[in-house]
Amino acid sequence: MDDNKDAGNNGEQDGIVLTEEQKRRRRARSVAIGLALGALVLLFYVVTIVKLGPGVLRRPL
Amino acid sequence: MSLMSPSAMSPGAHLGANLAQPVQAQFAEPSLAGVGDYIALLKPRVMSLVVVTGLVGIAVAPGHLHPVLGFAALLCIAIGAGASGALNMWYDADIDAVMTRTRTRPIPAGRVTGSEALAFGMTLSFGSVVVLGLVANWLAAGLLAFTIFFYVVIYTMWLKRSTPQNIVIGGAAGAFPPMIGWAVTTGSVSLESISLFLIIFFWTPPHFWALALLKSDDYARAGVPMLPVVSGRAETRKQILLYSVLLAPLGVAPWLMGFAGLTYGITAIAGGAIFLALALRLFRAGEAPGSDKIAKFLFGYSILYLFVLFAVLLIENRVNVLLGSIG
Repeated sequence: MDDNKDAGNNGEQDGIVLTEEQKRRRRARSVAIGLALGALVLLFYVVTIVKLGPGVLRRPL
Repeated sequence: MSLMSPSAMSPGAHLGANLAQPVQAQFAEPSLAGVGDYIALLKPRVMSLVVVTGLVGIAVAPGHLHPVLGFAALLCIAIGAGASGALNMWYDADIDAVMTRTRTRPIPAGRVTGSEALAFGMTLSFGSVVVLGLVANWLAAGLLAFTIFFYVVIYTMWLKRSTPQNIVIGGAAGAFPPMIGWAVTTGSVSLESISLFLIIFFWTPPHFWALALLKSDDYARAGVPMLPVVSGRAETRKQILLYSVLLAPLGVAPWLMGFAGLTYGITAIAGGAIFLALALRLFRAGEAPGSDKIAKFLFGYSILYLFVLFAVLLIENRVNVLLGSIG
């Protein structure tokens, strides 16, 4: 109970506050993940076209 | 903040009796890992060798494969190899922390936690195998899955800490990429792909033992039973020579079997002769002052030998294909 009260009084110290370096590295990781996912989307698209060719649109509905 | 136990950081720590404790405890703090740390987990230098040998397997195998599918398959082989490297670093963090050569790796240096490396390695392992199965065929995917399993479970978790033959048997993991590449193109395993496998398989012991001679103190401190630590430096030099005697003719096998040309044959004979001469020189040097220098040179030359052998095989094959299409 007391802990909660203390936490309420010092709201700005709750949780983890990232340093500038941690923020910079997190952003770099996020950009890398985004680029990797984009590359995968492109790869899967091209591979699908190569493997199926025009047949990709010819399927039973 | 919760303090993780040392064993949570180093899964393999309980296995080595002489192992020092991890250099520092890990806290559940926000990660400081950079993109470069995750790339380092993939062991890029090992990956480059896998890319070259896997590419040769894909390109030299008979049959046609669309370049896009070949590229995607090679990417899967490379990522699968990288994933096994990440899982190796996850398990061996305790050993890496006490060896000078490896203590700056992302996990012992505290930049990446063990669980992050484990998740990274498992995700990439699963993804590379599934995508290779969908892009190429399930034989190639099965071989890649077996390679990852062999490197992580058989070599890293079992052999590395239990027998001086660790490198000999574990070397099979590094020898599979050309066989996987061959299976990507042909959907089968053949004598030709087995010969490429055998070249890397018999190349691995002299390559690693040359390094182990230089780093034997490191391995002894880490409790890893490398050959120089268990059987001594003289025995290691003898074994390097014996494996080199086996390797030199195996290097020529692709030419003798008819799937490589004269340029490759001459390169393999000359390269193998130099390899053998260096191994003999190292054997005769004994504990003479220049012995370590020869071991270092042999280690560097062994990398060059394998790269050149596979590069010539690839270039010669492509030139023949090009000339065939013109003629």
